[in-house]
Amino acid sequence: MSSNKKYWKSVEELKENSSIVEALQQNEFAEEIPNDEFLGDKDSLSTSSTTRRDFLKYVGFSTAAASLAACEGPVIKSIPYVVQPERIVPGVANYYATTIADGFDFTSVLVKTREGRPVKIDNNVISTSRGGANARVNASVLSLYDSKRVKRPMVKGQNVSWEEFDKQVGGALQNASGEILLVTQTFASPSTSKLINDFSSKYPNVRHVVYDAVSEDAALNAFQAKYGVRALANYDFSKAETIVSVGADFLGDWHGGGFDAGYAKSRVPKNGKMSRHIQFEANMSLSGANADKRVPSTPSQQRAVLAGLYGYIVGGSSTSKLPAYIDDAVVKAAAQLRKAGSKAVVVTGLPDTDAQTLVLAINEALNSQVIDTANPRMIRQGDAAAVGKLVADLKSGNVGAVMFAGVNPAYSLPDAKEFSEALKNIEVSIAFSMKEDETAKLCKYVAATPHYLESWGDIQFTKNNFSLMQPTIRPLFDTRQFQECLLKWSGNDTSYYEYIKQTWNATLASGAWNEALHDGVFEGTSPAVSESAATGSLVDASTAARNLSANAENKGMELTLYTKVSMGDGQQANNPWLQEMPDPITRASWDNYLTISKADADALDLVNENVADGALNGSYVNVKMDGVVVENVPVIIQPGQAKGSVGLALGYGKKEAVQKEMQVGVNAYPLYKNLTSVQNVSIEKASGVHEFACVQLQNTLMGRGDIIKETTLEIFNTKDKHEWNKVPEVSLNHMETPVTSPEVDLWESFDREVGHHFNLSIDLNACTGCGACVIACHSENNVPVVGKEEVRKSRDMHWLRIDRYYSSQDSFTGDVEKKEAIAGLSSSLSEFGELERPSDNPEVVFQPVMCQHCNHAPCETVCPVAATSHGRQGQNQMIYNRCVGTRYCANNCPYKVRRFNWFNYAKNDEFDYHMNNDLGRMVLNPDVTVRSRGVMEKCSMCMQKTQKTILDAKRDGRVIEDGEFHTACSAACDKGAMVFGDVNDKSAKIVKEKEDKRMYHLLESVGTKPNVMYQTKIRNTSEV
Amino acid sequence: MKKVKFRHSTSRLLLLSAVFLLSFTTLTFAQDEPVPAGEVQSQDAAAASGSDLGDPANGKSLFNSLCAACHKPYSKSIGPALHGVTDKHDREWLTSWIHNSAAKIASGDPKAVAIYEEYNKTAMPAFPQLSDADISDILAYVEQPKPEAPAAATGATAQGDESAGGGVSNNLILAILAFVLVMLLVILFLVNKTLRKFAVASGVELPVKEKGTPIWKSFVQNQFLVLVTAVIVLLASGYFIYGFFMQVGVDQGYQPIQPIHYSHRIHAGDNQIECKYCHSSARTSKTSGIPSLNVCMNCHKSIGEVAESTATEDHSKEFYDKEIQKLYDATGWDPASQSYTGETKPVKWVRIHNLPDFAYFNHSQHVTVAGVECQKCHGPIQEMEVVYQNAPLTMGWCINCHRETNVKIEGNEYYEKIHDELSKKYGVEELTAAQLGGLECGKCHY
Repeated sequence: MSSNKKYWKSVEELKENSSIVEALQQNEFAEEIPNDEFLGDKDSLSTSSTTRRDFLKYVGFSTAAASLAACEGPVIKSIPYVVQPERIVPGVANYYATTIADGFDFTSVLVKTREGRPVKIDNNVISTSRGGANARVNASVLSLYDSKRVKRPMVKGQNVSWEEFDKQVGGALQNASGEILLVTQTFASPSTSKLINDFSSKYPNVRHVVYDAVSEDAALNAFQAKYGVRALANYDFSKAETIVSVGADFLGDWHGGGFDAGYAKSRVPKNGKMSRHIQFEANMSLSGANADKRVPSTPSQQRAVLAGLYGYIVGGSSTSKLPAYIDDAVVKAAAQLRKAGSKAVVVTGLPDTDAQTLVLAINEALNSQVIDTANPRMIRQGDAAAVGKLVADLKSGNVGAVMFAGVNPAYSLPDAKEFSEALKNIEVSIAFSMKEDETAKLCKYVAATPHYLESWGDIQFTKNNFSLMQPTIRPLFDTRQFQECLLKWSGNDTSYYEYIKQTWNATLASGAWNEALHDGVFEGTSPAVSESAATGSLVDASTAARNLSANAENKGMELTLYTKVSMGDGQQANNPWLQEMPDPITRASWDNYLTISKADADALDLVNENVADGALNGSYVNVKMDGVVVENVPVIIQPGQAKGSVGLALGYGKKEAVQKEMQVGVNAYPLYKNLTSVQNVSIEKASGVHEFACVQLQNTLMGRGDIIKETTLEIFNTKDKHEWNKVPEVSLNHMETPVTSPEVDLWESFDREVGHHFNLSIDLNACTGCGACVIACHSENNVPVVGKEEVRKSRDMHWLRIDRYYSSQDSFTGDVEKKEAIAGLSSSLSEFGELERPSDNPEVVFQPVMCQHCNHAPCETVCPVAATSHGRQGQNQMIYNRCVGTRYCANNCPYKVRRFNWFNYAKNDEFDYHMNNDLGRMVLNPDVTVRSRGVMEKCSMCMQKTQKTILDAKRDGRVIEDGEFHTACSAACDKGAMVFGDVNDKSAKIVKEKEDKRMYHLLESVGTKPNVMYQTKIRNTSEV
Repeated sequence: MKKVKFRHSTSRLLLLSAVFLLSFTTLTFAQDEPVPAGEVQSQDAAAASGSDLGDPANGKSLFNSLCAACHKPYSKSIGPALHGVTDKHDREWLTSWIHNSAAKIASGDPKAVAIYEEYNKTAMPAFPQLSDADISDILAYVEQPKPEAPAAATGATAQGDESAGGGVSNNLILAILAFVLVMLLVILFLVNKTLRKFAVASGVELPVKEKGTPIWKSFVQNQFLVLVTAVIVLLASGYFIYGFFMQVGVDQGYQPIQPIHYSHRIHAGDNQIECKYCHSSARTSKTSGIPSLNVCMNCHKSIGEVAESTATEDHSKEFYDKEIQKLYDATGWDPASQSYTGETKPVKWVRIHNLPDFAYFNHSQHVTVAGVECQKCHGPIQEMEVVYQNAPLTMGWCINCHRETNVKIEGNEYYEKIHDELSKKYGVEELTAAQLGGLECGKCHY
């Protein structure tokens, strides 16, 4: 029965008389093993002083020595202060209110410091004028401990002292022939404005150019023309009933961001009402993902949409050449707007003064209460026209000295190359910088500036709302603020702190100053004269409308440049938390990429595919625009991307002062011509395959309605809960019994009537997917950064992830119906496959998932060493020192929330992020263990925070009030999407959430009885 | 057989007598202790007193209650040293100064102004309540000659004793013991030899031992015994190996040498300073906190040396004074000018109680909320010359206490409701920490 089959090991074997096969048959090894060379060389062997016996002796001795040394415990030193500052008690946190104002993010925050070092950014709940801290602001505490920071002033690359620096720069400025050009970020600081005026009077040839890397110039111009102030209209979306956005990602960074908290308020159904949100946009943005109705439209179509809206609402001709479905949507949106009247608002993100003018006119016509033009935002001041001339100015030879503060034009200007060349010829160039970035590298003088957590400042958010910035730590390095330098160089000996106090001494008398410093925010009027004087000519709205519809011609592929919630304008590119944070929409970390619609991708033969281990790969393209080519841009096929449009995020591809591991993505700024975010480009396929680090591989829910429950406002208002939020049932004695019933329970239940019992409620309606909670969790719980390669292997360590799902049909309800309708083999074979593919314009939903803290936890029963156990307060506790790393618990977890430490992520050169250097480790929360290799970890429901609250109450001898308990995520969520509390406290908000008819548990049918609950997503689909 | 028995009892007798002798030797030695140094010195001091100014005894008590906060008799403090003050100023001037120094300065008295200027314009409070006689008494006390010589002498001897005296006495005991034992052996051998000689001479036949099976052979032949022994040996070695491994990483009794010989015995014991005066963060924080040096200086600004009576056999006054000097070096305090130089050198204490990072412990929870005495875990700290780790700090030790200790509920509103409900549930009046969830893993490990 022997077989004649011949098993061959290589193609060579198929050839007859192959010499290689012959040779290999004779010899086991292809090459001779160099035994003789080594042992035959008698000379070297005899001259070697180490004999075999010696070798054994050494081995034996070192083994013995090592084992003996291991018996000795280490001696730990404990060094107290010589003179302890009064307010610092080791082990007790201090909080300071301060403000971030880096030119892109402006937010009042509360900083938690331990033993004098900032470790966590919290929301300043007193501050009402601006939203809470976003992901970048939450992560900014790590940028304080950035090892790439400039540590002292430098002249031509040489370290010098500040005295020397002042002497040299002072002399250089005096002798500068021609203009002194001062290019700064938006400071929005009355004191700084005053100071620059002072400086200008000392050096009369100073010219100040305000440069926002990501510009809002069009909106600023439109507002200035209409209202006479260079500012941005403010919006309070909590008052809105109808929101129509034309290309404005107002839940992202549009107009400086921070509108999401108000928006979320209007999105939670109250008395059967919630706002309706219609979004016309090209890229799939956060706002589009949250919209009730999203109409994919290219930027040129958006212009027509806006003109159309204006026509329908204000009057005038509407010569819309739009496709029927968009035109229909515009008509309906206009009807909706008219119906809501003063509760309606239109916003746009088109980088076009006409468009912005039109929006102001529409809102005026609607008499909208949502828009606030009386108290506008001052946090963007950039002047694109002046910036556009910057290179020409530098080349002209009229500039004697140039100073850069808080900006990096050599990286972020569209014509950065020309700029760099021109800058080299300027005699005196000074960069005020925290990093030795592209611009600082080219400057002769680099003034090391402190981080905002080490600085003083005052910030004008809006016309009447101000905040103060105060240091929370002594400067780590030999740094000096930009303002201090200006003071010194204008011959003023007061400190900037005193200077701010002087600025405000009319408004903030001694007591009020301290109060304002304590609160972080205050109201008043600016004591400084506004710098901007020039006002543009007012464009007539109807002219603007005509211009818009005239420009609505499609010219090839339209690119919309956007900023990611994680990276923003790219200032914090060296922040590993932000690099590893997955994008809320694409869920890809460590990258930027061109988003393209499926149809366009197919036309260009671009693919996205999951390779064997599930990781995502994608094609490359070259993006061309008037001679500018950005090469090898990876492509992600984005459901919902308008056909004929592509998107690319700014802020990536930075090389200077960025660690090797974080030099990721491509720089999109060369495409940001005229600081305009919409450009016409052409795209061609490039060779190669890009490896993404995408944390979510499954894009659709496959009709599984029990993971995300959602319904429409109409059904929610009219139908019984049983119809749209049914508790799953199992069959018990042929009777359908709800899984929550104790009769079908396999387990004895704990008695949790006494003491605290913590629950967390997540409202899918209020969650916008912004990801602030992800970073807050990272920062609170010392979650390690694992790097792109590891994320690609699905070894990301985020304790809290925000899942994003697309619908495969037009809506999720459609998915469920399709799944229900599947019958028989053939239909299931084809249709399940179809369900895996997201629709071209899908519904999107975000779902934050962390450990669900099941009362009947599957992980607990399988742990062989009882390293995970249940607490009476509802937490599923994970005991690292007990864990032996079987990973059985992770296998048994239905929610996939357990994370395994495959490596030591701290003090490991392979993971050279903040936990691998002394500076970066200062950000670690001293109350939470840094996990070592081989143990499982997961969300602890911020045990350290609840324990702290309880202990404080015990010490004060009082009862804990509702609202005192918080997790890092619930505290970070300014939208109120996460509510945390004690369900045994009957007055608590969480009890109401638990009894809400929208409440459901994730995978309730499994019977895990989680302590985390979700509130059903409601969409307002009612058309007028 | 009888004789064998007899021989046994002889040796036992000998052993007993040796023990008896030994204990007797130690006893006699114990009685030879020298008179404590302190006593001698105080007697000297008493003898030296004798001044015509007033009653130094009354003066001493007045001085300690009124003046000692700012003055020392023989050295500068906040105010000048008072010894010799009667030579510098006359009695009348002194009396009026003490009664109201401010008035004297205001009146423009040049001497008064000079002193005021010299001591950084620190005003001396007025003491109008002191009678002339009281002032005489105080002056009598401060004008006593400084009892220098005896202090130095006793200090030296005390230090000598520490190194040499203790060693010699121990060696002596051992030497005597060895000598006595050797003598006994010699005597025994000689007696035995003589007796044998007598026996041979008198023709007594000595019994010849019969050779039986050696005990080890009979042991090997008894299989049951071997088995039982093997089991016992295995169990015992298992027990000891387990014991050995369980003490790995347990540093009970750890008593490292600290950079400054800080004596809790003096501070917490003799001077009864409340623990939380220095370790104040134990009330509010996770850590009890090693006091910062400015806390030490609160007192040590004016305590530059220890009292004679503080010195012990092991540590002389000079030794302690040197340790205080180390504190001055660290804080940059210059006792001569009574000011800080600004040069500080933080003290690098060796940490004694080292909990691993993954174990959470909060002092304030135990100290403030539960009202646990520091000594419960840290042992008789008020008796420790150098602190050592008293408790094993193992998890078993923590857990055990949580099982046994009742939660202090009285007067704490936080516990009221929980207590009512839980005591109903468990049917007990008092609740242990364990019953309130004090045994849950996640409460201390996260």
